[in-house]
Formats: sequence, C-alpha cells, structure tokens
Amino acid sequence: MPESVAEKVRGIVSKQMGVNNDQITEQTSFVNDLGADSLDTVELIMEFENAFDMNIPDEDAEKIQTIGDAINYIEERVNKCGGAES
Amino acid sequence: MSVLSGKVAIVTGASSGIGKETVLVLASAGARVIAIARRLELAEETASRARAKGAEALAYKADVTDFPRLAQVFEDVFNKFGRIDILINNAGVARDNLIIRMTEDEWDQVLDTNLKGMFFAIKIVARYMLKQKTGKIVNVSSVSGITGNRGQCNYAASKAGIIGLTKSAAKELSSRGITVNAVAPGFITTEMTDSLNEYIKDAALKAIPLNRFGSPSDIAKGILFLVSPDADYITGHVLQIDGGLAM
Repeated sequence: MPESVAEKVRGIVSKQMGVNNDQITEQTSFVNDLGADSLDTVELIMEFENAFDMNIPDEDAEKIQTIGDAINYIEERVNKCGGAES
Repeated sequence: MSVLSGKVAIVTGASSGIGKETVLVLASAGARVIAIARRLELAEETASRARAKGAEALAYKADVTDFPRLAQVFEDVFNKFGRIDILINNAGVARDNLIIRMTEDEWDQVLDTNLKGMFFAIKIVARYMLKQKTGKIVNVSSVSGITGNRGQCNYAASKAGIIGLTKSAAKELSSRGITVNAVAPGFITTEMTDSLNEYIKDAALKAIPLNRFGSPSDIAKGILFLVSPDADYITGHVLQIDGGLAM
C-alpha cells in the first residue's frame, strides 16, 4: 500500500525539523510548536513541492501553518488534479 | 592536504580575467571546479587548464540572465557531485558611457548581467546550500560600487547593488552556516580594462597608493581566502582588493 499524504507529510516534517514522528500531531504548528524559523518554513514547502510534485504558490504557502493544514492542502490539490503523484 | 579538498565550486564568468584565474586558484587548492561562461569553448578552455593542474573540472555554457538555464546547470552539477559547496558570482559586463549619453539598453544590459544574474545564481544555489547547512558564496563587486566612477553609472550602480545583495543574503542564510561575502577589486588588468584608453589608465594609476594595477591573481587569492575554512567566521564582508585605491 502506498504511503498516504498524511504519512508522507509527517515524515518530511519530522526529518526537516529533527523531531520524532510520535511528537507531532495534525495540530502541531511549525512555528509555535516546532520552533521553525522563516527559512525552515520555506524549506518545508520546498520539500512538500518535491515530494508531491507540485508547485505551492506563496499565497497558499502562507496559509500552511500546521501539519493538518499541509495535509489538507496537499490532499485537496492531489484530488483536484486527479493525483499529481502517479 | 589541500585546503579545499573535495569541495565543489562553481564560478560564473569563467571565460577570462578574474573568473578564469579564480577557477585555477580554487582548482590548485583541491576543489572540483565548474566553469560557467556564455561561450562554451572559453569555459572549456578554463576547465582544461584546471584539469592540467590535476583537478576535476567541468564546463557549462550559460548566460546568468537566463534563469531556467542557470537552474538546469546547477541541478546537473548537484546530480553529478551530490553537493555544491562554493559559488563565485563573477559574471559581469561593462558598457561605459556618460549618463547623458547612456542608453536604456546599456543600463539594462549591465544591471541584468551584473546584479539580476547574481540574484538568480544565489537564489538557485541557496536551495542546495540550505539543505547541506553549509556553503560559501563570494560575489565580485568593485570599488566603483563604493566610490562611484564617472562614465560608469550603470556599472557602479550594479556593483553597489551587489554589496546590498551580499549583506542581505549573508543575513538570510547565516543561520544555516552559509557565508556570503564580496570582493571589491580596484583597477585590475583584464580584457575588460584593456579596452580603456591610456588617459584613463594613467589617471587611475596615479590614484593607486601601491602604484600598480592589480592582477586577476590578486583577486583570486582574496576569493580563495573567503571560501577557505580560515574565513568561517566572516560573513557580509566586502573585501577591497585595490592597492589602496578607495580609502
């Protein structure tokens, strides 16, 4: 079974921010809970773009504050274009 | 053990002058060097000189004002070596004219190549260096950018812009162990300055306390210092290498 969007997102965040997977939930905020600085958030978005083969415009990226935001946003985009990752 | 052993270094404007000499100096210091120029045969000639010094060297054709092409070259370098440690932003042109005679085209050409092209290269390389959490960038400015120079309003503006770009990039990238510095060469004998007339050259020499024009090697050695571990604690600095011209 392929990795779900949620699993992939959690994997990226835990790797980028150096936290254990079990320390993060959908409510976890990149900035407030994980101490992400402005470069971390840009790097996270870049990782999401690579992993899901999509371009996330800046105005969308600004709205992605938590793990849940990222999962919802990416799932919506993937479903809308019939699955960006094949 | 060479000071840059194993490091991967990209140099733009590597066809001649300071860029070419920098490739050779970095190669001698043990770096794997990538020479980028608008004319492939000249980049290739620089790379082959580096290979003659025992270094691994590649040549690419790219115009720094062509963002997609530049991004493609950096990606190719990264795919080949798995890292990019050093970027020397040297590509630059001059189209001197008095303000009153300067055309919009002369202004745009110089600003596009010297300043926008540098922004492009930094934007691209930052992606790789951020992930590595290490990297060294050196931008080639000019004393013209510090003092201004008659007949060079476009060039001086671009070189002053490079200083602002350097300091901003230094601040943005410092938390990831990336240093960004500039060198500000004075009057250096290259093909670009050879084309100036004797009157200007004589006047320039009189203004240089050390009483000689600089050589590309004088600049390349300063660049080597800024990308070496000896300069790990230096960022956002503008190193004037000008024989005392601007002080």
